[in-house]
Amino acid sequence: MQQHSGFFNELHDTDGAVREIYRSYAAWLDALPEGILERKSAEAELLFRRLGITFAVYGQADGGERLIPFDIVPRIFGAEEWRRLEQGLKQRVRALNAFLHDIYHDQEIIKAGIISAHQVLDNAMYRPEMRGVELPNRVYAHIAGIDLVRVEQNDFYVLEDNLRTPSGVSYMLENRKSMMRLFPELFALHAVEPVEHYPQMLLDTLRESAPLNIVEPVIVVLTPGAYNSAYFEHAFLASQMGVELVEGQDLFVDRKSNRVYMHTTEGPQQVHVIYRRVDDDFLDPLAFRQDSMLGVPGLFEAYRSGNVTLANGVGTGVADDKSTYLFVPDMIQFYLGEQPILSNVPTWRLSEPGELKYVLEHLPELVVKEVQGSGGYGMLVGPTSTKEEIEAYRQRILSGPEHFIAQPTLALSGCPTLVEAGVAPRHVDLRPFVLSGKQIRLVPGGLTRVALKEGSLVVNSSQGGGTKDTWVLEE
Amino acid sequence: MLSRTAENLFWMARHIERAENTARILDVAHRSSLLPLDMEGTEAYLWYAPLNITGCAVGYEEKFGLARANAVTHYMALEPDNPSSIYNCLRQARENARSVRGAITSEMWEVINSTWLEVNRLARTMNEERYTDFFEWVKERSHLFRGVTLGTILKDIALSFIRLGTFLERADNTARILDVKYHILLPSVADVGGAADYYQWGSLLKSVSAFEAYKTIYRDVISPLRVAELFILRDDMPRSLHACMNEVETALMHINGSSGREARRLAGEIHADLHFGRIENVYARGLHEYLTEFLESIDLLGREIRDAYLSRRDYMSMADLRQVA
Repeated sequence: MQQHSGFFNELHDTDGAVREIYRSYAAWLDALPEGILERKSAEAELLFRRLGITFAVYGQADGGERLIPFDIVPRIFGAEEWRRLEQGLKQRVRALNAFLHDIYHDQEIIKAGIISAHQVLDNAMYRPEMRGVELPNRVYAHIAGIDLVRVEQNDFYVLEDNLRTPSGVSYMLENRKSMMRLFPELFALHAVEPVEHYPQMLLDTLRESAPLNIVEPVIVVLTPGAYNSAYFEHAFLASQMGVELVEGQDLFVDRKSNRVYMHTTEGPQQVHVIYRRVDDDFLDPLAFRQDSMLGVPGLFEAYRSGNVTLANGVGTGVADDKSTYLFVPDMIQFYLGEQPILSNVPTWRLSEPGELKYVLEHLPELVVKEVQGSGGYGMLVGPTSTKEEIEAYRQRILSGPEHFIAQPTLALSGCPTLVEAGVAPRHVDLRPFVLSGKQIRLVPGGLTRVALKEGSLVVNSSQGGGTKDTWVLEE
Repeated sequence: MLSRTAENLFWMARHIERAENTARILDVAHRSSLLPLDMEGTEAYLWYAPLNITGCAVGYEEKFGLARANAVTHYMALEPDNPSSIYNCLRQARENARSVRGAITSEMWEVINSTWLEVNRLARTMNEERYTDFFEWVKERSHLFRGVTLGTILKDIALSFIRLGTFLERADNTARILDVKYHILLPSVADVGGAADYYQWGSLLKSVSAFEAYKTIYRDVISPLRVAELFILRDDMPRSLHACMNEVETALMHINGSSGREARRLAGEIHADLHFGRIENVYARGLHEYLTEFLESIDLLGREIRDAYLSRRDYMSMADLRQVA
């Protein structure tokens, strides 16, 4: 196996010895006859294609459905390190939900001078319409995808919080299913914590989040439709939970009672909880974008009246904004009185002239992102960019510095991955999914994304990244 | 079931059935055009019929003028601008299937999806000689779809909406074929028993796969009255109006529920008329008048079904309020 330096290698320690946690897997791999891994990998691709586990890439000429490459070497966590991550994730999401409740109510955190009114109230993602709205369990982000990277054995950073409509959980589940099918013997050798109960956990979370006094809530998944890049996941989760997958046109609001109904062959049926995979802007043409064909007229009013729960809630974008990200450690201290377990990546705000100056002088070393961007679109990775790319990006920054943040280029950990030359380390991140209802839950694991190109740090599927099964070993 | 799901299942089945029927109509027209026809302006006259049956004469004339064999065949089979061409029926069926993939089996999806991919391939290499094979292929894909559906899908409300779509479309088509072709062929009745007559009436029977059935049931020369009886009243002929309405009525009974009372009543009424009807009475009313009335009734039935199950109104009616209360 190749050796790389300059980043944390999850398989080998600095002396080149296999780390404890990978020992049994590495022994199995060594004993494997040549060519087996490659054959299994081809088998996996066939399986994914037949099942139609695809995503759409926006802005591509072929615009069609594509497979996300699946890497068949698992990423492994030990029970103890996972426990720490789990605590850190729960702590962070709890603070984020407390923050959202606060800024739409008494705004104590602004009064305390921890975060400026400008930062919150003038943020394009802040929804003044949400002021004073009471939500069940005071939860705004029922489903949170927190992106983590590792730079050392015990050194994890949160890269970003995804509190709007985070996706990828279907890949976590399909990856596990495929691994069990391809390598049943590995699961006999390792006690891997299960993740298959995620849909049940999600259903429990949504049930708990129903409006008050609803004993048997009717739950639906709301999708923008078959042409959305994550449609497969929407359909997958609806069928796994045994609930209807609806589009905006399937729902309507009775304006007298402010209740939401779906059109069924049996007539209208009331809906209590909507797991919506449609952005705020498109939810309701009467409240938000008038040209939205995906939404339901009157839905926001029904939501404000407390007759229906939207998961996630409206207006969460202000908390996962990359300029708000800076304040999450402060939120944890302010709302929970605890020390943050997970660290933030040091971040420069380009709206501050001093920080802008520093960043412009150091572009080749830094990663620059749009404040409201997502999916790895429109970011600059200094060390892997050409001079021309950096100069072009500099002009973009100068035309609106407040839309950007910058971070040091992190040495993301490398995880063994099957590439053409055999098994070699490639950079990975991790997106666990944190569910908040009456209680806060997550399955042990998440979606590991891997940058398949050697040296690349961009793991997004839209940018040529792949995924891996993520194992948490039982003690 | 979601109304949108039911709507897509209903139309998926209708589009497949329509593609098959269009292939049948074109196939027969091709066969007939090979025979000597004893009348004036033969080509335009003969090829106007397929356009007339499928209701796309106006769209064709605007584009191409007089009915010509090649132009009509292309227009009805593969023309992307003709919303009811076979090509577009297969495209729409796939669109319907795609938006309700969770409600159909993966085998059904594979048949519809590969049919769509294949028709795109075939369209690029089509020429006059290949059309007969193409029509056969379309029929086979439709048969395959029906077989796969019955062999794989749960016998629940989804199947009922699929059957509803299939048999309403088929009834509509059988009535139209009979209405149009019957009146073209009638002048040749004087030549009963003649060779041309035999082939022409024979091809009409073949267009609904009823040639062998006619021979088995009547064991006699082909008479217009019996052809009409077979098309309309025989419930053992799978494409007759009676057989189709049997299926429609059964499907509606299975859907049941509190909606659709009027649809069920109307289907029962149409069915009863066919069940107890006699061909002599049909003739007494006038065959054309009878078929026109039938087409109007099933059109009305289609609208009742749409209103009761498939439509998505954005208001609550009194009936709705009673129901959710």
